Amino acid sequence: MIKIKAKDVDVFYGKKQALFNISLDIEENQVTALIGPSGCGKSTFLRCLNRMNDVIDICSVKGEILINDFNINDKSCDVVRLREKIGMVFQKPNPFPKTLYENVSYGPTIHGMAQSKQEMDEIVETSLKKAALWEEVKDRLHEPGTGLSGGQQQRLCIARAISVRPEVILMDEPCSALDPIATAQIEELIDELKKEHTIIIVTHSMAQAARVSQNTGFFHLGQLIEHGSTDKIFKNPDNTKTQDYITGRFG
Amino acid sequence: MNLILFIFIVLLGFTSYYFGRKKAYTIQSTKKRLTALPQFYGYYLAIWCAIPAFIIFSLWAIFEPTIVKLLILSDYSNQGYLDDELNLIYEKTKALSRGQFTGEITPFIDASAEKYLSLRSIAQSSKVVIVLSAIIASVAYAYKRISSNSRTREPVEKFLNAVLFTASLAAILTTVGIVFSLIFQTIDFFKVIPLFDFVFGTHWYPAKAFVRDSSEALDPTMYSDTFGAVPIFAGTFFIAFIAMCVAIPIGLMSGIYLAEYASAKVRQYAKPLIEILAGIPTVVYGFFAALTVGPFLKELGTSMGLEVSAESALAAGGVMGIMIIPFISSLSDDVITSVPQSLRDGSYAMGATKSETIKRVIFPAALPGIVGSILLGVSRAIGETMIVVMASGLAANLTLNPLESTSTITAQIVVILIGDQAFGDPKTQAAFALGMSLFLVTLCLNIVALRVVKKYREKYE
Amino acid sequence: MNKNKEQLLNKRYKAEQRFRLYGQSAIFMALLFLTIFIFKIFSTGYSAFQKTWLIVPVTFDPELMMLEQNPSKEDIQDADYYDIALKSMADLDLNANEDQENELKRMVSYFFEKEIKNELLNDPNLIGKTKEVYLTASDDLDQVFKGNYPRDLPEDQRRVSDYQLKIFDQLVVNGKVESKFNISFFTNADSREAELAGIASSFMGSIFSILVCLMIAFPVAVLAAIYLEEFAPKNRFTDFIEVNINNLAAVPSIVFGLLGLGVLLAIFQLPRSTPLVGGITLSLMTLPTIIIAARASLKAVPPSIREAALAMGASRMQTTMHHTVPLSMPGTLSGTIIGLAQALGETAPLILIGMVAFVNTIPGSPMDPAASLPVQIYIWAESAERGFVEKVSACIMVLLGFLITMNLFAQIIRHKFEKKWS
Repeated sequence: MIKIKAKDVDVFYGKKQALFNISLDIEENQVTALIGPSGCGKSTFLRCLNRMNDVIDICSVKGEILINDFNINDKSCDVVRLREKIGMVFQKPNPFPKTLYENVSYGPTIHGMAQSKQEMDEIVETSLKKAALWEEVKDRLHEPGTGLSGGQQQRLCIARAISVRPEVILMDEPCSALDPIATAQIEELIDELKKEHTIIIVTHSMAQAARVSQNTGFFHLGQLIEHGSTDKIFKNPDNTKTQDYITGRFG
Repeated sequence: MNLILFIFIVLLGFTSYYFGRKKAYTIQSTKKRLTALPQFYGYYLAIWCAIPAFIIFSLWAIFEPTIVKLLILSDYSNQGYLDDELNLIYEKTKALSRGQFTGEITPFIDASAEKYLSLRSIAQSSKVVIVLSAIIASVAYAYKRISSNSRTREPVEKFLNAVLFTASLAAILTTVGIVFSLIFQTIDFFKVIPLFDFVFGTHWYPAKAFVRDSSEALDPTMYSDTFGAVPIFAGTFFIAFIAMCVAIPIGLMSGIYLAEYASAKVRQYAKPLIEILAGIPTVVYGFFAALTVGPFLKELGTSMGLEVSAESALAAGGVMGIMIIPFISSLSDDVITSVPQSLRDGSYAMGATKSETIKRVIFPAALPGIVGSILLGVSRAIGETMIVVMASGLAANLTLNPLESTSTITAQIVVILIGDQAFGDPKTQAAFALGMSLFLVTLCLNIVALRVVKKYREKYE
Repeated sequence: MNKNKEQLLNKRYKAEQRFRLYGQSAIFMALLFLTIFIFKIFSTGYSAFQKTWLIVPVTFDPELMMLEQNPSKEDIQDADYYDIALKSMADLDLNANEDQENELKRMVSYFFEKEIKNELLNDPNLIGKTKEVYLTASDDLDQVFKGNYPRDLPEDQRRVSDYQLKIFDQLVVNGKVESKFNISFFTNADSREAELAGIASSFMGSIFSILVCLMIAFPVAVLAAIYLEEFAPKNRFTDFIEVNINNLAAVPSIVFGLLGLGVLLAIFQLPRSTPLVGGITLSLMTLPTIIIAARASLKAVPPSIREAALAMGASRMQTTMHHTVPLSMPGTLSGTIIGLAQALGETAPLILIGMVAFVNTIPGSPMDPAASLPVQIYIWAESAERGFVEKVSACIMVLLGFLITMNLFAQIIRHKFEKKWS
């Protein structure tokens, strides 16, 4: 089933065009990887999906992005509700300078998802468990989140993202700041999470894309060159540019 | 005279530079290699000119007055004068020699003045001779010494380094100077007035200390209940509190708005406009408070049936608050913009609105920096002088009613020290004691605030 | 559940709007204060740039002036002008009794005798003739003419009598009252009489103080900054210097006044009330500001420049003096100007070192007693006469004009000459 449908998306930074005519369908409860050399626009595209580009003054987005058949670029779309449904994990772990508990309870609090302290405790516990962090931190929930290791911080950010039960999780190179062991843990986690969430992951590592994703899109110079099942893209790409990139001739 | 000598020495310095360089060129022309650029030979000689001149000038400045004084007063020894009287005689002599003496001229003093003038002129001419001969001797010695393989760059650079180092001591010297100028008067003050009475007394009435014949011995009981600083300290903190009540909400909210909401265009105009408020001299605020705000509040109060003093704490504090707005707004603006963007992104991605992000993520993250900037603002409010002098009362009332007039540490210092001061009078010393307390309080605030801000900066750099 | 959600979202958006509104109103308030402020100063101050003159016919009667036939220049210089001056004022109302004649005399400044004398010195042929002479109106009439004086007060609460007002109104009707640009405000020294008071003495006092301050603070601060930024070892002592500098920048200005009083005046016996002492005191205050600015601009010079020079075999001193310091100069200069602007507006420390003394001569050197512009504002603001209110505002306008010019200048230097490293 198609979860997200992008149609003819153009993105401009001031006068400079960053994305050209992107059309891409994303399958529900699967992992879609966006790959490509740096500066190709894959992160920009990802940030279109929860309208994070609104934060940048000079950035403007044209075209349609349909999530559950609703155009999120429409004026009637409420970004607060949109972002409640679409979580995001960033390149560098960015826990708030607060306690672990407050980090995870942040989303449910602002969205009024818990009526009592118990409910909130439950949400925090399940989120941390789903993020495979509970066992490591259950005794120090009230210590600052910035005191964790890099991999733990990133898992904390994932717990924070899933605490509001989003339908989609966007991941912007979530492992680029982590060591191989932490990376493996996160990848394992992504596999687990796709049961309940649709996941889109931007990565510069082709191996990672091959390991975690079912579908892959290849971006180059602001254009979507090719997309399809990961197997196909890696084994038998249609486009020579994709072929060159996959085999490491550039990028 | 000193100026001419100084110019002459500077000229000598240039000449030495010229000779040094010339010698270097001569050495060069004999095909010998130099160890440094010819200029350094010049600088080297110029330094040899400057150092003896500086040393002799300093020694002279320190010792000449003392020696002259001793010589003059030796005429009066064995005549049973007290130290104070001798000092007075010496002051009179000096005044007479400058032609500024207005009292009765006794033959004794006249003779002393004559002697003083002749001593000064002897000293002056001997200074010229000694300085010039010392310079010539040292430059000649250095000139002889320099040769093709003598090192000149290193000593010159060492000298420059020493000059730079000395300049960097200026800040420490200023601090020492402040402590030095305050501490002796303060100690003398506490010899007469017990520290306890100063810190816990509730009556401040320094004018009482004026009613004293200088020949009378100091009678400490006279001053009991005169120098109780509680009303002054209370007034200072009270007015600062009123100021912060105005400055914190407006300053902080403007800072937040400028950092998070304002478009680039609004920011470009609003920020410098608000900062103009910081550039307006405090005396102008004082005039504004006294002429406009005070009477306005008084009228407003009367129309509401309240009795408002024309010199109310509210007028002074309120205007002071306006003055502090830009400090708080630009400091907190800086602090907020230095919160990393990733935290904002994290919060927005969770579906938080802008104000939720600010209140729940950015503000807590920026809190130490904001507290630091508020503390600096408080320190400024406590040390602010002109607004209080002009707009608030000078009588020290112990009150917490913002509609009455109160006084502050700074205002009392000005009231006591404006016009002529008699050093050694408890009233004057009281001003220095107040200055000391002001210095200590603001010092603590500043050090804490600067440390907090620095820690905060390091965290996000 | 969904409805709850809707309500919550509404509430959140309302809170968002409220918060935004707080921010906007804070900015609005700050700008409103600024506007009121500027408006108030200008509306009370602009009239001080005009001065009211009474045009009075004066008969230069040689007998009253005790002048003989064909007087020399010296005779005219030494002649007695009091009688003709008095007579010309008394002649404004031929029926005046003695009290009223006195009141007539007080309609002009006490300087009027001299103004009549100057008229004759300019044109000695006037002897025996009658000429209409411009006389400075008294400050009260000046205020009446400018509309700043409430005429409807009962007579005993006014400084202008009904009789004076009557004569004055007649003069106005006859076109014998004129308003002209107030040159004397810029050329006169301070005076107890509002109509004669000018800013020349305090202006020169400010200029001398600032020059002294610049000559001391600039070199010392730049040298100190160079040492701390380029040569200082990283140790406790350097940290201590740094703490000192940062703290001094935040010490209340009045404490520097106590330093000036306790050290410069009491120990070094420097002359009281002079711009020399004022300048030294201000320089100690400005020092940290300049050091901080100079260090910041030295820090902004990229290390690659230093490395390039060092790699060419230049010594550290040469690298600093030839490359780093010149590149940092624009930032340092603009910081210096801003520091000086702060010093120019400073009042409290100058009051403590006695620069509030009444000075009615224009100082010729930093060793002469003087006031400064901000102190002049303070002195006039404390005076009771109504005529001084507009003078204060006008003096503030002059001072603000200076500060704005200096700050603009600093901006220009910064933008024009500072290299952008990136």
